[in-house]
Amino acid sequence: MIRTPLRPLARILKARDTGGDPDQIERDNKRQRHEEMRDTMRARAEGRFLVLGFFFVCAFMAVGARMSVLAVSEATEPRASAGGAAISAARADIVDRNGNLLATNFETHALYAQPPLMVDPEGAAEHLAKIFPDLDGARLKKDFTGKRKFLWIRRKISPEQMQAVHEIGEPGLLFGPRDMRLYPNGALAAHILGGASFGKEGVSAAEVIGVAGVEKYFDDYLRDPANGAAPLELSIDLTVQAASERVLWGGMKLMNAKGASSVLMDAHTGEVISAVSLPTFDPNNRPRPLTEGDASDSPLFNRSVQGVYELGSTFKIFTAAQAIDLGLVNANTVIDTSGPMKVGGFRIGEFQNKNYGKLSVTDIIVKSSNRGTARMVLDIGTKRQKDFLKSLGFFEATPFETVEAKTGKPLLPERWGDLSSVTISYGHGLSSSPMHLAAGYAAIANGGYAVTPTILKRTQAAKGAQVMSPEAARIARGMLRKVVTEGTASMGDVPGYAVGGKTGTADKPKPRGGYYDDKVIATFATIFPAHDPKYVLIVTLDEPEETSGTKPRRTAGWTAVPVAAEMIGRVAPLLGLPPSVEPTELAGITFTSSN
Amino acid sequence: MTEMVYGTVPQRDGEPILPKWWRTIDKLSLGCVLILFSIGLLLGLAASVPLAEKNGFPPFHYVFRQAFFGGVALVVMIITSMMRPTLVRRLAVLGFIVTFVALAMLPFFGTDFGKGAVRWYSLGFASVQPSEFLKPGFVVVAAWMLASSYELNGPPGRTWSFALTCTIALLLVLQPDFGQACLVLFGWGVMYFVAGAPIMLLMCMAGLVVFGGILAYNSSEHFAGRIDGFLSAEVDPTTQLGYATNAIREGGLFGVGVGEGTVKWSLPDAHTDFIIAVAAEEYGLILVLTVIALFLTIVVRSFLRLMQEHDPFIRLAGTGLAAMFGVQAIINMGVAVRLLPAKGMTLPFVSYGGSSVIASGIALGMLLAFTRTRAQGKITEVLGRAWR
Repeated sequence: MIRTPLRPLARILKARDTGGDPDQIERDNKRQRHEEMRDTMRARAEGRFLVLGFFFVCAFMAVGARMSVLAVSEATEPRASAGGAAISAARADIVDRNGNLLATNFETHALYAQPPLMVDPEGAAEHLAKIFPDLDGARLKKDFTGKRKFLWIRRKISPEQMQAVHEIGEPGLLFGPRDMRLYPNGALAAHILGGASFGKEGVSAAEVIGVAGVEKYFDDYLRDPANGAAPLELSIDLTVQAASERVLWGGMKLMNAKGASSVLMDAHTGEVISAVSLPTFDPNNRPRPLTEGDASDSPLFNRSVQGVYELGSTFKIFTAAQAIDLGLVNANTVIDTSGPMKVGGFRIGEFQNKNYGKLSVTDIIVKSSNRGTARMVLDIGTKRQKDFLKSLGFFEATPFETVEAKTGKPLLPERWGDLSSVTISYGHGLSSSPMHLAAGYAAIANGGYAVTPTILKRTQAAKGAQVMSPEAARIARGMLRKVVTEGTASMGDVPGYAVGGKTGTADKPKPRGGYYDDKVIATFATIFPAHDPKYVLIVTLDEPEETSGTKPRRTAGWTAVPVAAEMIGRVAPLLGLPPSVEPTELAGITFTSSN
Repeated sequence: MTEMVYGTVPQRDGEPILPKWWRTIDKLSLGCVLILFSIGLLLGLAASVPLAEKNGFPPFHYVFRQAFFGGVALVVMIITSMMRPTLVRRLAVLGFIVTFVALAMLPFFGTDFGKGAVRWYSLGFASVQPSEFLKPGFVVVAAWMLASSYELNGPPGRTWSFALTCTIALLLVLQPDFGQACLVLFGWGVMYFVAGAPIMLLMCMAGLVVFGGILAYNSSEHFAGRIDGFLSAEVDPTTQLGYATNAIREGGLFGVGVGEGTVKWSLPDAHTDFIIAVAAEEYGLILVLTVIALFLTIVVRSFLRLMQEHDPFIRLAGTGLAAMFGVQAIINMGVAVRLLPAKGMTLPFVSYGGSSVIASGIALGMLLAFTRTRAQGKITEVLGRAWR
């Protein structure tokens, strides 16, 4: 580019020589440059005008197009319908494994007032106070005659109440349709279902949102319109659940326990057939959470998944099964369980300071010897014990699909040395929920593979990782059966169902360290039928006391075991298991006449 | 000889004023403005009746008022359009100074009429919104500054005009009147764009505007509420927007019939912000599209004429006036069809409102004055090119 110099020096110099006017030349030059600049500016402005014009044409056309689209679309009724579109009240039903209804929706109405529309506000307030005795008439009067333009009066009203309000004939009292969540079975399976309440509320609809249990865990799924209102199928069996709750409630009362829980699980699939936690509540009318005291005393607390307890001797079978699986012992290996025995400076004692002497592995389980399991776990070693318990799921909260299960995280020792290994081998020092224990026993029952507890109906067995050999599991099952036939759980035998199981009695820890001597958690973990186990049942009683004898008896053998036996006797037929009774005595034939 | 004896015969300099005006004025735009104004009166017959009834006046009270103010506005417009650009500039600068002071004094002497924003002076018989009158004056002053900065050795007009714009926008935001503030910023932006703003700078400014919008959203509840209402997926039929949308749907292609509409009874702003909804309901899509076409014609026609303009000041001032006029219409109608968030913006010449219609008259008068056909030094251009 050739630059034009600002001052046309050549011409000015020439003009000086010839006596011309250099200023004139400079002015001319300036004007010329000015005009050139204006020309370029105008050329640029032309392009920009085109852009601008294009923008305006587009904008006006967009408005026109939008106007046309609106004009050819259908008008909606200005008041009633469309407003509720933002709030979806849809929520799928919940059914049990046989299709019985557990939770459904029920149409009702909310009552609200628009004082500006009222003809007789004082009269309306008086009538309302009569229909709903808990409403404060004076306060309503103040609201209706004051500045308020809108107020809710009741969230849910019955058809009778609605009719009564209709009969006031006040145009300023209006009804908003509502879908409320209804649990037709009342308190049955309350902890599983949880409950629901209203979320966003509008005049024409209100959201129903889950607040606990399955309702909250599957909230998105239940509210998703894409599922086409297909019900959520749970693994719960309503009849079994009802029988379990009834038996457990009776057992809790008989054994003077303050709480109880039971978990019945399909040993092959991990499906939870029934899960009970007592005391319970009615999800139709959920109580408020406790604001003071221990949250675990609230009826809302789900003991079967949230409550983590030291489950005591029920853990011994894991130690034995692992020792057999590793080939360290077999069922008949004799181990010296005589005392004293010290680990890490602590004396390992037996129940009531007994001394069993030399016992076979089977007898260690049958008699529930602490020192026997301690010897086995010292052979197994800390590392292998940890890996085994981890593979059974004792290190994480259960993946059970209720929101509460996430809070049931097992309590593990901070430093897991030999002493911890020993105490954990007989169920102390590691707290876990009954649901954890059920999953662990399921692995023994089903031939050695881990299962994941689930509340959803499964169509096929979900085999997890193999955690022990089928042979080790079979031997362990034999031991569990012997505990019932010969050992601590002799009251647990149910004729025809070959129950196998292991008792556990753990002293309750004090909140500030140490253990109570007179408060225990009594657990009976069972599998049945022992020769081909299909189900695992865990029964746990909180602070039971059996008072028929001279001294109160608290061990699981006297408390949890009879309750579990009664429960198995009731639910096993419901589960479709025929009893295999072998008549012990042939019916005698009496000849009444000879000839 | 006669001249020597009797003195010179008074000779007129050039053509007489009126014929010259008629010859050079943009008749198409003028016609469009007149049609728009008549449509406004026609709609006023429908839309302002409920307001008159509510305030206890005879049914057509506001129609007569509007006709009066409209008449004043048209006279002002035509007189303004007869002026020379330099005279327009001088008067506009004076007007700008007056209105700017009035705007700055609003917080002390203004009133909000219970609407939550101090925007008006109450003069007893009428109310005046200074920001309406400020806009045309502002455009001229800013265009003058911008144009002067492109002179050789000119003053730093770009900086000055930008500072001025920001000051005015700030004053408007304080009212708060975000709509007018945006309009002022937009007007300046368009002028600067046509004056030759670097593209990079324009992009940065767009970013700044977005940022400012977010800031306003977070700091002002009044503003946030409106944006939220706009963003919510489904319009609640009991809000103003819901009524407007429904009115447009009711109207369909040919409307429900003159005087048969219902939306004017439910919308408090039916005669101003939502006049287009009334139009759509009673006269249908046909009238709405006509109104859109009229606005578009005025804007595009002005741009086409300004393209020929050689004088930078006239070009920029005209651009600013036309763009603001068009954008105000777009915003008003865009709100009614929910393309834009709710803004209190009148539809020029169509909406009811004394200050609005007179201010629009002044602005359009100036625009018409600037777009008049005048000698553009074409000869020198041609000669100059040949000479170079």
